[in-house]
Amino acid sequence: MNDQLNNKSLIQCSNVNVFYADQQALFDINLDIRENEVTSLIGPSGCGKSTFLRCINRMNDVIDICKVEGSISIDNQNIYDPEVDVVELRSRIGMVFQKPNPFPKSVYDNVAYGPKLHGRILHQEDLDRKVEESLERAGLWSEVKDRLHEPGTSLSGGQQQRLCIARAIAIDPSVILMDEPCSALDPIATAKIEELIDELKSKYTITIVTHSMQQAARVSQRTAFFHLGKLIEVGDTEKIFRSPEHEQTEAYVTGRYG
Amino acid sequence: MSSNNFKKRHRAEKRFKAYGLISLVTAAIMLIVIIGSMIYKSIPAFTNYTLDLEVNMVSQSLDTDIEEINYRGIVRDSFFSLFPEVQDRSEKRKLSKLISSSAGYSLRDFIIENPTYGNKKFYFSVLFTDDSDLFYKGYVDVYLPEDERRLDNQEIFWLTKLQSRGRVESKISRNLFLNGDSREPEVAGFYGATIGSLITIFVTLVLSFPIGVITAIYLENFAIKNRITDFIEVNINNLAAVPSIIFGLLGLAVFINFFGMPRSVPLVGGLVLSLMTLPTIIITTRSSLQSVPPSIREAALAMGASEMQVVFQHLLPAALPGIFTGAIIGLARAFGESAPLLLIGMVAFIVDIPASINDPATALPVQIYLWADSPERAFVAKTSAATLILIGLLIVINLVAVILRKRYEVKW
Amino acid sequence: MINTDLLISLSLIIVSGLLSFSLAKGRARLYLVNNEPLRSMPIYHGLYVSLWGMLPSLFLLFLFLLFKSNILSALVIPYISDTTRELGSDEIIYVKNFLINNISNLKTLIDSEFLTIDKAKSLSDKYSFGRIILFSLIFILSVISSIASFKSLSVRFDARRKVENIFQFIFFLFSTMAVLTTMGIIFSLIFETLRFFSQVSFFEFVFGTHWSPQTAIREDQVGSSGSFGAIPLFTGTLLITSVAMLIAAPLGLYSAIFLSQYAKPRTRDLLKPILEILAGIPTVVYGFFAALTVGPFVRSCGEYLGLTVATESALAAGAVMGVMIIPYVSSLSDDVMSAVPVSLRDGSLALGATKAETVSKVIFPAALPGIVSALLLAVSRAIGETMIVVMAAGLAANLTANPLSAVTTVTVQIVTLLVGDQEFDSPKTLAAFALGLMLFVITLILNIFAMIIVRKYRERYE
Repeated sequence: MNDQLNNKSLIQCSNVNVFYADQQALFDINLDIRENEVTSLIGPSGCGKSTFLRCINRMNDVIDICKVEGSISIDNQNIYDPEVDVVELRSRIGMVFQKPNPFPKSVYDNVAYGPKLHGRILHQEDLDRKVEESLERAGLWSEVKDRLHEPGTSLSGGQQQRLCIARAIAIDPSVILMDEPCSALDPIATAKIEELIDELKSKYTITIVTHSMQQAARVSQRTAFFHLGKLIEVGDTEKIFRSPEHEQTEAYVTGRYG
Repeated sequence: MSSNNFKKRHRAEKRFKAYGLISLVTAAIMLIVIIGSMIYKSIPAFTNYTLDLEVNMVSQSLDTDIEEINYRGIVRDSFFSLFPEVQDRSEKRKLSKLISSSAGYSLRDFIIENPTYGNKKFYFSVLFTDDSDLFYKGYVDVYLPEDERRLDNQEIFWLTKLQSRGRVESKISRNLFLNGDSREPEVAGFYGATIGSLITIFVTLVLSFPIGVITAIYLENFAIKNRITDFIEVNINNLAAVPSIIFGLLGLAVFINFFGMPRSVPLVGGLVLSLMTLPTIIITTRSSLQSVPPSIREAALAMGASEMQVVFQHLLPAALPGIFTGAIIGLARAFGESAPLLLIGMVAFIVDIPASINDPATALPVQIYLWADSPERAFVAKTSAATLILIGLLIVINLVAVILRKRYEVKW
Repeated sequence: MINTDLLISLSLIIVSGLLSFSLAKGRARLYLVNNEPLRSMPIYHGLYVSLWGMLPSLFLLFLFLLFKSNILSALVIPYISDTTRELGSDEIIYVKNFLINNISNLKTLIDSEFLTIDKAKSLSDKYSFGRIILFSLIFILSVISSIASFKSLSVRFDARRKVENIFQFIFFLFSTMAVLTTMGIIFSLIFETLRFFSQVSFFEFVFGTHWSPQTAIREDQVGSSGSFGAIPLFTGTLLITSVAMLIAAPLGLYSAIFLSQYAKPRTRDLLKPILEILAGIPTVVYGFFAALTVGPFVRSCGEYLGLTVATESALAAGAVMGVMIIPYVSSLSDDVMSAVPVSLRDGSLALGATKAETVSKVIFPAALPGIVSALLLAVSRAIGETMIVVMAAGLAANLTANPLSAVTTVTVQIVTLLVGDQEFDSPKTLAAFALGLMLFVITLILNIFAMIIVRKYRERYE
């Protein structure tokens, strides 16, 4: 098992500081995300994990008052370089949100949205195949194959989230970012998604923000613990939960505070 | 993946954003053009050319009844004395048409206020007619053939001669602001219309504000949710979107023809406008009431207040700033309305300044409409000036609303 | 004249109210003084009695004021039918109004010589008598209802609740004003329209293509009887509205998109007021601007290009109307697009879409029902607009689709038919009501449609 944990680093974050107007939200984060692994970001609420996640695909740019300093490199290129095309960057990274947000379009159109946008697939049959493949990988195909043209919003909560995952997969990202993807779902749907995450890691690099330590323990290989905007400790998931180095980490994982 | 796709899409993005900005800029340009053209066209209205005329009343004795004196004749004779070479009767008549026919009345008012002048010789400012005035302002194209102009060569000659004698000067027009309407453009002012508007809006306020606020309070707090109240609410929402001219038809059919109310008075104008403003006030009052947090209501109820006491002693005061703001904005809209007033007759030619809700009156927007229809060139400038005043008053009213809102708004 | 009467009546009512108030309150106070368990505070006892004392009389007074003119007419008319002189019908109206306006002044009546001295005295007496009856009725009613309500007072009397119920009832009556107004509109329009259709056929009106409402005023006058085919009015309205919407829809929508998606807060604060000011400019100013500047401008442009353009072209009027509607479209669409959940926008952006693509492929389609509804409301506004077209569009009914020509609209005709001297019964005036009814119905349908569309598709987000 130790061998699997030495995958190469795909995303390198160094000296990342994030400000919301005058308030600093993240202090000097240095973190590597490894390829084909699930990395979970844990910590009490408001500690900056979602903010950090959104830095990776530069979704924080959408917020006017948010300022990001430092560098995040993907494939050896600093994504905060002024030359970088944000749109192109995001076409390589998929994101799944806390509350499922399928577009008010059909299931098919939801999944086909990304590929059609980026002009990668030109023929209808190729698109059909892509949609089926993505839905298949998201574990949703069998449930929706006869309902492809019904609105995405007509699915159940868990199905909607898997639809969002399929939608993200369809653009062939190298990284999938998940921001508390199960917090709005019931336990059965949650289990299904956790299973899915485990399967997906062989093809994608996944970073997941979660407020549930149990989920982090179940699903990830590496865990990073955030507290009040600082990265306290990062390491193999087992180690973080069994024998954390820092006192604060221990306090959190043993449930002394949440 | 080809980078071509991204470049193309970024270009499309830039175009899209540009369309948005262009749309806004176009709107802004239109605003500037409208206001700008009004300002530009109104400039001539703010000044009047006057003649410093030597009025000779020496032959009058102070015993003569002031009212009986032929002021018009005196002015005319004094004017003729400036052109002793003009003897022909028809020429004299033409000459006398160069100065305003209101000059006699102005002289009369002056003598009434200063009776000691009644037998003296003195200089008195006399207005020119609109045509002469326009000539001095440079609006008469002397190069047009004579029959295409309003002033022929002889009249222009006389006017130029007067000017060269140095007795012609340009003064700020007080008439524009202080006079009522008149057939003579040089004398016409919008004071009467403004007063008429104010009286009408007062009536609108008195009628629509209490009824509107009470209705909103009732619907929001006391009414049982049943078919009747639903019906009332549907009615209100529909009325808010009914074209204003329909209210004019309503006023004509019901108030004037059925109830026999007089036409052309602010009472009826106010009634019609208040029916039009009522839905707006109801809707804005309701939304102010809704934005008061329920905790205030709960606290008051917990102290044993009855529903009515809660509403009037706690909710209403808290919602008052929003209610006033909404009411002011609704009234501002009514202030600028003219279509319904046209139908109920406030479109007559009213000279006197109205003094009560039952005096014949017109409203400022209607006055603009009437003047816009007049053929005389001078009315163009006056109409533009009147639109500026109307817009100015509206800005003031809206500013009051904004200031009130900023000062008293409580952020829950 | 009438105002003095009004003052006297109101004073009577108020005095009676105050008296009964203090009497009742005093009585309630007595209970307190005697340490009896008074249920409601004295002030409510006072209010109860005084309200019952004042309201019925106020209602009576209100009824009288409303029908004052009708009552006075009925009083005066018998006196006109046997006057000392022969009078034509216009003169009868003049005399009638004169008598009504001066009914309280005996000297004026006598001096006018419309009536003999005896008749004048008789009229004056009748009037004074009527006044006294009115005042007495008001006072007696007030006293009776005060006494009757006084009887209900007792220690256990729940005056506060009773008073609040009275107020609630009054509030309820106030809130029926809106319904009364709508009913007033509908009934008066329908009534006059029916009268119109008794003189002009329905089919001619709705399907006729010739609109020329000049009717002969007197039997002997030579001239065509008017034709009332309203089709040219409908097409004219449609033409101008289309021009207006062609301008307002894209400009308004793109403005809304820019303001909500692209503008920084500072830019937004600068640009949004511009739209609000445009919305606040009175339509008469727009109309004046259109007639004075835009019409001639469009005409000279046309001449430069070798086209014949009327000064009162539909293009000029429609363009200005379009500018007026831009803020309307913009603010309604802005509201609708802002209501689309941010999560949808984020979802699209995270997939690598540009802002433009997010707006056009996700936000706009999601907001589409609301936008359609906004456009319908804008059309409704354009159709009902009066001043701009009255001042800048033509008067002659012209059946054409050419925006360079002058057309007339429904609202213009309503104004033209009613402004000026007319008898109320002529088909000309009645035609205005028929047009008004059509206008009301069409805008009502558009507004209802707009509401239905929004309501039907709102489920998407719930």
